[in-house]
Amino acid sequence: MQSAFSLSFSQSSLTLPNRPLCSSNASPRNLRREAFGFSPSKQLTSCRFQVKSRRIEVSAAAGGNGAPSNKSFDYDLVIIGAGVGGHGAALHAVEKGLKTAIIEGDVVGGTCVNRGCVPSKALLAVSGRMRELQNEHHMKSFGLQVSAAGYDRQGVADHANNLATKIRNNLTNSMKALGVDILTGFGSVLGPQKVKYGKDNIITAKDIIIATGSVPFVPKGIEVDGKTVITSDHALKLESVPDWIAIVGSGYIGLEFSDVYTALGSEVTFIEALDQLMPGFDPEISKLAQRVLINPRKIDYHTGVFASKITPAKDGRPVMIELIDAKTKEPKDTLEVDAALIATGRAPFTNGLGLENINVATQRGFIPVDERMRVIDGNGKLVPNLYCIGDANGKLMLAHAASAQGISVVEQVTGRDHVLNHLTIPAACFTHPEISMVGLTEPQAREKAEKEGFKVSIAKTSFKANTKALAENEGEGLAKMIYRPDNGEILGVHIFGLHAADLIHEASNAIALGTRIQDIKLAVHAHPTLSEVVDELFKAAKVESPASTTPQSVKATV
Amino acid sequence: MAVSSSSFLSTPFLSNSKSTISFAYSVSPAPIPSLRRVVFRSHRRAMTVRSKIREIFMPALSSTMTEGKIVSWLKTEGEKLAKGQSVVVVESDKADMDVETFYDGYLAAIVVGEGETAPVGAAIGLLAETEAEIEEAKNKAASKSSAAVAPSPPPPPATSSPAPAIAQPAPVAAVSDGPRKTVATPYAKKLAKQHKVDIGSIAGTGPFGRITASDVEAAAGIAPSVAPPPPPPPASAAATAKATATSSPPLLPDSSVVPFTAMQSAVSKNMIESLSVPTFRVGYPVNTDALDTLYEKVKPKGVTMTALLAKAAGMALAQHPVVNASCKDGKSFTYNSNINIAVAVAINGGLITPVLQDADKLDLYLLSQKWKELVGKARSKQLQPHEYNSGTFTLSNLGMFGVDRFDAILPPGQGAIMAVGASKPTVVADKDGFFSVKNKMMVNVTADHRIVYGADLAAFLQTFAKIVENPDSLTL
Repeated sequence: MQSAFSLSFSQSSLTLPNRPLCSSNASPRNLRREAFGFSPSKQLTSCRFQVKSRRIEVSAAAGGNGAPSNKSFDYDLVIIGAGVGGHGAALHAVEKGLKTAIIEGDVVGGTCVNRGCVPSKALLAVSGRMRELQNEHHMKSFGLQVSAAGYDRQGVADHANNLATKIRNNLTNSMKALGVDILTGFGSVLGPQKVKYGKDNIITAKDIIIATGSVPFVPKGIEVDGKTVITSDHALKLESVPDWIAIVGSGYIGLEFSDVYTALGSEVTFIEALDQLMPGFDPEISKLAQRVLINPRKIDYHTGVFASKITPAKDGRPVMIELIDAKTKEPKDTLEVDAALIATGRAPFTNGLGLENINVATQRGFIPVDERMRVIDGNGKLVPNLYCIGDANGKLMLAHAASAQGISVVEQVTGRDHVLNHLTIPAACFTHPEISMVGLTEPQAREKAEKEGFKVSIAKTSFKANTKALAENEGEGLAKMIYRPDNGEILGVHIFGLHAADLIHEASNAIALGTRIQDIKLAVHAHPTLSEVVDELFKAAKVESPASTTPQSVKATV
Repeated sequence: MAVSSSSFLSTPFLSNSKSTISFAYSVSPAPIPSLRRVVFRSHRRAMTVRSKIREIFMPALSSTMTEGKIVSWLKTEGEKLAKGQSVVVVESDKADMDVETFYDGYLAAIVVGEGETAPVGAAIGLLAETEAEIEEAKNKAASKSSAAVAPSPPPPPATSSPAPAIAQPAPVAAVSDGPRKTVATPYAKKLAKQHKVDIGSIAGTGPFGRITASDVEAAAGIAPSVAPPPPPPPASAAATAKATATSSPPLLPDSSVVPFTAMQSAVSKNMIESLSVPTFRVGYPVNTDALDTLYEKVKPKGVTMTALLAKAAGMALAQHPVVNASCKDGKSFTYNSNINIAVAVAINGGLITPVLQDADKLDLYLLSQKWKELVGKARSKQLQPHEYNSGTFTLSNLGMFGVDRFDAILPPGQGAIMAVGASKPTVVADKDGFFSVKNKMMVNVTADHRIVYGADLAAFLQTFAKIVENPDSLTL
């Protein structure tokens, strides 16, 4: 449920450096087309990826999505699945001059746009405002008076649906505008470099990317009826707001929904199999988050238990949830609630892909790939010309990770070796306030340090010390950086607080570009902004090595 | 992430961030010579504990910290603690920090409440090793302020034990309901803990008999803090909007604003709620000569006028069940199986309605006895929830003030309320044209017109008047 916007924005940002070359009133989309048509290819490749000296190998781009470079194939690249990952790959492929087709069996946009990040952000936008309006104390501290806040459920649901439609159209149009062939029907792999879609349309391609994504995972024993026992797919339609809903799983999907439901007046019970809520977050962050997002809200929880059986409400009975101890499997408790949301993660959607034709065996449904997203077959050998990106490979189930993987694959098939560093991919949870992270958690970093024999230090800053946060009456929050004091390398950054999801990118970019703390701490942040929280973090770090030579920007202005 | 005390001391300068620290204990009579050393020394001292009650001290979170504010207690009194658990959040001049316990045990008493400040080294709470010692620790906490044993600089902390807003204690487990599993919603459980209400003693009124937040609030005798957000009906929304728009004229100089007590906000909420019920009123003069005579006779036996009127109303209601009914959903009549007469009583700064249950069935003497008991409990705020919220009909009497007539607001959830004025000598002409002086009182009933119609109410009042005018049946 991560930001879908990151994709469309990052794509259009690719064209920005070209702006001076184009007519001044061109819309971004036209801009892009013109750029492809008329500008030299060097310009096109110059952004986003640090292409060192070898950037020229790209074929003489131009011509939009023209003819395949190799006449024996219908396409240079065929992508199965038009989610955010496939879309990102397709756009980048066209930019690189590949004749590209994308196959979609359902709707363009996939999970993120239709049943994930995008509609959930609409619901969370509503919940954030409701929460604020309902918080009398908060309003009073601003000197504001607001009479009782209410909402219209259908209106909220429509907002989410409209947003999904809008983003889906944007995605479709951006591909059409570039001339990507959108082929409708379920796609499957017939053999090497051969794909079938729809009933019996067969096409050939030099390279194939599988990007079929995932569906909500429902553990066995749980009966989903779509009304009282639901997954995120149903919940995002907001067909009802139950008085009391149990959320199975306290990861970011569960957390975000607890934020939505409690703001709309529901009470929530979390069921978490691990001993602690919010597993996967840095422990310090999850402890603080629990104090802010769970304890003061109408939420209780059961940890260390599995929901072994969930029966939907029927015959005048409520939803029944049987809990067993996660370790001993002994029955522990039975819950009676009005609804249950299953947020236990997502399962890859890889059935019917024809993987047997190329001797690929999935692992728990995931398609095994190497670090370059190349598919590995049953004998441990690489399948030539076949790649798998996104949720289907299970490396990092985030929309923007899928897109980054897709771009990485396109880089490879166009002659530039590229390995995506997953530790540079930020993640965010859009609760109020938000949680964001990049890189390692503190325990992970300490383990790594132990193994590799280096020292780890922690720097922390509080939102309480930030002027902008205090002006917003949102001083609750913490930013934490894990780093190497010897060379100033950033290992991980975790933020809990107002707009944390937007603040993380300074850190993730620094990690991706290899910027060291001693250098970035000299960069200037506008005052007063929330970004100073991160600035403080860099400045609070105690690094032994000196700053490197004067940064470019300083030279330029002197 | 327990930070051991030694590692804490090795990094005494903490950055302005939230972090965790473990707190200091010592045997309670131990002197506290140096603020910084408390953490360290007392931790060691714990080896030689005689009493198993430990003090929780305000830790020194930075070198410049002289006092700390309790942001929140993460545990409540009586809660079990395990070593390493965070117990309290302390705000210093620089940061908020979790303070952890080094010991297993029970948080016996909170000496310094949330939002209060204590100097570094002062006891902010007591920790008992076993459940049995909780009481002892509590007594200790109470006597803490006077027992200044240590001649040390930090003064003993102010022991203002933060009493809950309203003094309805945890109800005693009432009727044994069998081993039925109690189902309570997350917020209900939170509230019960906060207000120290035993959740097992509450009868759930929510869907599937579950205990909801409002059940707990009713049991604790408080008004819901924030109305739930469901879309309000347009009419009332407009009404509230209008009310807020007009209700904020600037304060006159020297005016004071006194926030509602919990009971007052409960009254306020009920009154606003009553606006959504369409009511009407019917008045009836009742001759009380016979009743007054009877009252003089039974008064020495402890019978009160309230009991007489409640009994009369109960008997009349038995013949007119619709007036004892209520309209819960706007779609149906709910005929109540019992006739429970709530009687409005003014108590210091508030209003409460103790309920005489089965007023039609109980005899007058029992009823009077019961009434005395209820009034006593009401004055000392000891009423159990079912003793003030189970009414099906309300009686309000202002006759003792000389009020000749008034009309009452129908409490939500009931069908009718009777407002009784003073009985006064009145000149009346009988049907033959003879004048005489009789004692008459005006009785005015307000009813919910969705279920009680004019003729129903008139017939009920006629029956009531007949009973009062021939009161012998009251003593049967």
